[in-house]
Amino acid sequence: MLQTQGLTASYGQFKALFGIDIRVDAGECVAIIGANGAGKTTLMRAIAGVLRNAPEMILHRGEPIGDMAADRVMRRGIAMVPEGRRLFPSLTVEENLLIGGQVRRAAGPWDLAAVHRLFPILKERRSNPATALSGGQQQMVAIGRALMSNPEVLLCDEISLGLAPVVIRDIYAALPAIRATGAAVVLVEQDIARALAVADRVYCLMEGRVTLEGRPRELTREAIHAAYFGALA
Amino acid sequence: MIWVNTVVQGLMLGGLYALFATGLSLVFGIMRLVNLAHGDLIVFAAFAILVIVEVLGLDPFVSALLAAPLLFAAGWALQRLVLNRVLGRDILPPLLVTFGLSVALQNGMLEVFSADSRRIRSGALESASVALGPVTLGMLPLLTFASAVAAIFLLNRIFYATALGRAFRATSDDPVTASLMGINPRSVFAIATGLAMVTVTLAALYLGMRANFDPSIGPARLIYAFEAVIIGGLGSLWGTLAGGIIIGLAQTAGAAVNPEWQILAGHLAFLVVLLVRPRGLFPRAFD
Repeated sequence: MLQTQGLTASYGQFKALFGIDIRVDAGECVAIIGANGAGKTTLMRAIAGVLRNAPEMILHRGEPIGDMAADRVMRRGIAMVPEGRRLFPSLTVEENLLIGGQVRRAAGPWDLAAVHRLFPILKERRSNPATALSGGQQQMVAIGRALMSNPEVLLCDEISLGLAPVVIRDIYAALPAIRATGAAVVLVEQDIARALAVADRVYCLMEGRVTLEGRPRELTREAIHAAYFGALA
Repeated sequence: MIWVNTVVQGLMLGGLYALFATGLSLVFGIMRLVNLAHGDLIVFAAFAILVIVEVLGLDPFVSALLAAPLLFAAGWALQRLVLNRVLGRDILPPLLVTFGLSVALQNGMLEVFSADSRRIRSGALESASVALGPVTLGMLPLLTFASAVAAIFLLNRIFYATALGRAFRATSDDPVTASLMGINPRSVFAIATGLAMVTVTLAALYLGMRANFDPSIGPARLIYAFEAVIIGGLGSLWGTLAGGIIIGLAQTAGAAVNPEWQILAGHLAFLVVLLVRPRGLFPRAFD
């Protein structure tokens, strides 16, 4: 479904990714874990087309998409929940949701009513400016907005960042319903335990390189620790 | 009663300035682009209408209707081929490019149309008027004002009640995140400039029918437009109408005291608003 091959990325002189190879199969939930600065968000931005690359560095359904702009990547069915939510302050909650499905409206289970069923509070707050909501509610808008296009692949970048544990639990409670619709989910997460609990496979990044790959039940605590921090504690 | 008349005439003149400013406000509101060629584009549009009137012998309003889609296409192409290439974090390149465009347009029009003053003839409409109690209103100023209100109302409807408007606002807020929604910001900018050129066509129609114009008058129209946008608050279309009206009122009031003070009074009103409300009366843009 989605694959990166020797993916590199730089910010000017600073190289952030050094030949990343990851694979996401249809309907799969893949977690990308790693410490701050490991390159997780850069990887998401590269896949989403915000950072451009050589075409063959990213393949979607076997076709090279590494050089495509973000709007074209999204229209192929790869939607992103960006880090920090990035809601549109000029738009209401409902408009923020609608704009997610405005350009690509593929056939599928997600529409305004389905998103409202997933996050009922968004129906109550639909006329509010999106940025007037609480952090957790804003995250619900960001997830709902990405779902509105009925994506094949949903990239979720740090969806628990800065949220209270009870709110994170509510957000993660929506994940099974999203996966049940058949979308593959790529989850960037610093909370290792939470990532391992929901993912089919895990990649650990450190300093722009993949240091570990495997199924959660096959990975030992020590191996994850070593891959995450670079040395056995 | 003279003052009532002055206020009403100022209001009507404000409609013309609001029309000058609407396109500038639209483009700034969406892409933070200050188009220094805006005034020259108004004059260019006036010549385009004049050519259609003279070559096809059509009514000015019909000619403007024909010119509008052509100028929409010209605006779209200008944004796609030129301005999109210079938009970015640095505000200097678009300023330099639009300044260059202004110079090129003026010289191009001078070459093609000469320096002679021209006017779009509108027949009986030029002298038609309606009496409203003690005040007599010219039909052209009245139509100008009504057109300004209608144009701003329609643009607001597009902004707040259509999918295109949603894309305009989202792209204005955050073009990178808008692209994650499948929106191509460059296409949105091109449509916005095309729409701005439609409002420019409307402004040009009334400019050409109400006064003489020649290739050199663009920069002065830009100043009025700019002042109206700043007074109204960057990015606010109704604010732009208010800004145009304030300049119009100030100019007619200044002229009523002393005809030499007309232009000066408009600029002074602009400075006073800038002093009291540096972000304008109804600012919408926050960066």
